[in-house]
Amino acid sequence: MTESPITRVARATPEPVSRRVRGLSDRAIAWIFVAPTIFLLLAINIFPLIWTIRLSFTNYRANRLNREVEWVGLRNYERILTDDGIWMNMQATAHFLFWTIVLQVLIGFTLAWLINRKFRGNDLITTIIVLPMMLSPAVVGNFWTFLYQPQIGLVNYVVEFFTGIPANSFSMLGSVTLAPWAIVIVDTWMWTPFVMLICLAGLRSIPDYIYEAAEIDRASKWRQFWTITVPMVLPFLMLAVLFRGIENFKMFDLVVQLTGGGPGNTTLLASIDLKREAFEKWRTGYSSAYAIILFVTVFGLASIYVKALNKVKER
Amino acid sequence: MTMKRLLAASAVTAVAGLAASASQAQDLTLCWAAWDPANALVELSKDFEAQSGITMNFEFVPWPNFADRMLNELNSGGQLCDLLIGDSQWIGGGAENGHYIKLNDFFDANAISMDDFAPATVYAYSTWPKGTPNYYALPAMGDANGWFYRKDWFARPEIQEAFKAEYGRDLAEPKTQRELMEIAKFFQGREIDGQTVYGASIFTERGSEGITMGATGALYAWGFKYENTPGSYDMEGAVNSPAAVEALEFYKELYQCCTPPGYDNAYMEQSLDAFKSGQVAMAMNWFAFFPGLYADPNTGGDKIDFFVNPGQNVEASTLGGQGISVVSYSDNVDGALEYIKWFAQPDVQAKWWSMGGYSCHRSVLEDPDFVNSAPFAGDFLEAMAGVQDFWQEPAYAELLLAMQERLHNYIVADQGTAQEALDGLIADWTETFEDEGKL
Repeated sequence: MTESPITRVARATPEPVSRRVRGLSDRAIAWIFVAPTIFLLLAINIFPLIWTIRLSFTNYRANRLNREVEWVGLRNYERILTDDGIWMNMQATAHFLFWTIVLQVLIGFTLAWLINRKFRGNDLITTIIVLPMMLSPAVVGNFWTFLYQPQIGLVNYVVEFFTGIPANSFSMLGSVTLAPWAIVIVDTWMWTPFVMLICLAGLRSIPDYIYEAAEIDRASKWRQFWTITVPMVLPFLMLAVLFRGIENFKMFDLVVQLTGGGPGNTTLLASIDLKREAFEKWRTGYSSAYAIILFVTVFGLASIYVKALNKVKER
Repeated sequence: MTMKRLLAASAVTAVAGLAASASQAQDLTLCWAAWDPANALVELSKDFEAQSGITMNFEFVPWPNFADRMLNELNSGGQLCDLLIGDSQWIGGGAENGHYIKLNDFFDANAISMDDFAPATVYAYSTWPKGTPNYYALPAMGDANGWFYRKDWFARPEIQEAFKAEYGRDLAEPKTQRELMEIAKFFQGREIDGQTVYGASIFTERGSEGITMGATGALYAWGFKYENTPGSYDMEGAVNSPAAVEALEFYKELYQCCTPPGYDNAYMEQSLDAFKSGQVAMAMNWFAFFPGLYADPNTGGDKIDFFVNPGQNVEASTLGGQGISVVSYSDNVDGALEYIKWFAQPDVQAKWWSMGGYSCHRSVLEDPDFVNSAPFAGDFLEAMAGVQDFWQEPAYAELLLAMQERLHNYIVADQGTAQEALDGLIADWTETFEDEGKL
């Protein structure tokens, strides 16, 4: 019987070395494997976070390296939390977040429910529906800017066709009333397919025998929907809401392309404002405090939400 | 043998690498905005390449991203640019933060005199602190915000007649801001050659500097001042004076009454597009674009003419233009200085003007033939005589963004009053100057 290569390597290993290796506990070996990841995590995530927290208590400006940095305590936080403009931006963000999620869940779930039926061309239609989410947000932003253009844009002509309101009499991106809805529409157009795909995965995970059992019990389609489909898809739906919520809380590129935060500050979402403070005004200390406030907000909301999600899963 | 070959190959590679880096050190990169004059500068710089043997590279960034991109580059100590043609407002930050090299000794050593350049341009583009003989740039590109209009429409008898019937005077280039609005109102919604046209295209852009550059055209004409006493940062009563309020209300009315639909975020490109597509009778834009507009086959030539920003209480225009600076982080400072020395020569400046650049050299501007050298040359001289600039403080970006926000909120988003907008602006600027330790 020949020796295996591992046995040969073990036999060839000098005694002092093999003794050392034998001396490593499982925990130590686990640490050796995990250490590089932990090091990267500390270097890329944790250290910048701690550094940002530190900067948030100073008046540091990254473009004034020769200026003395002063410790200002909670002044940055106080200024942010008492600034009416920032609360307006938070309202704009909340409006965007709420309506995009509501519309994307409603439309995404409906589309998934329809697509889940077996019919000819199902795959082709699914592919066409998911196309928008494959595009770059910058491209989508530019593309919709043209669609919304009052003189040549398709949207205004469609509105004129159905309502009789002259196409060039209103501007979707230039009106204080319409602009917040204009960005909601574009985000919904782009990301509803994502919600649809998650819902579709949920719908397809429901075993057929549950519906068959319900049929035998003479449950109506409506009752099957509310007592089988909705509860079983709910965890997926909540996951989609979590993903979209976090993404849209930090929405930047699409809205910058569409409105740049305007008209006025109507669509100035928190992330756009933060970028301006940090990299256009270069108020690094102030913007660090702003970033921490946003981080705590999104982290807190996400934590509460994840707990709720786990409860739903346990049911 | 194999080892010898390996060593030889390594040596050749090392020598080639060193040679390449030596040759790269001879290259110069000039950074500027991507627009018509930049293309002219590329052509002009070929003479420098031929004379010096230095290869010129260019980094041109579209205007809406220019400040963002270049200020980030400077703030990070980047070595992308050896030479930077930066906006006039950057001079304070460039000097105080050590981004630009002070050029006084170099000018003295090479007999380059600032007296050879138009005083307004030296003051605006080169000096920091303002008005002191501390030079951080050579005036490179004079510019101001001006106007152009459809001369062929203005000349039509039926239009002349209709205008006279409505306003009791001949339709001609406006002499005041109020006249400008009357003309804009007259053209707004009018049918010309079967197409609906609009009064004027003005700057309303929110993201960078657009609406500020446009609205200051009206503010300066009404006599707007940033401070009661220059250098005092005493803004109450100056920034929000009754004249300033009136000017801002005027600009808002001009936006509401007389611009094409959807021009709520318009700057240079949109203004040019509106004019070239035959949508507007008048448009504002920087003089830098005027050579290109005049050469346009569809709306240039006989169809276009130009006028300086009309006054109201005073004659004044918004300053544009830039100086050329040597970036202190450059690894080829000597080459960059050599370029500036070459660029400052009177014959190069004359060629610069002939190719579409706006020279600031007095030998060019004071040439008796200058006024007739282009249809907009006289207007340019007139504009440069009354230019006013935005704050040039190191905190310029913060000051500008505050004004952008206040003006866009009032003019485009129709929120609050002009008085509230200007009062709010003082509050924002006061906060900035307090942070800066200047108040």
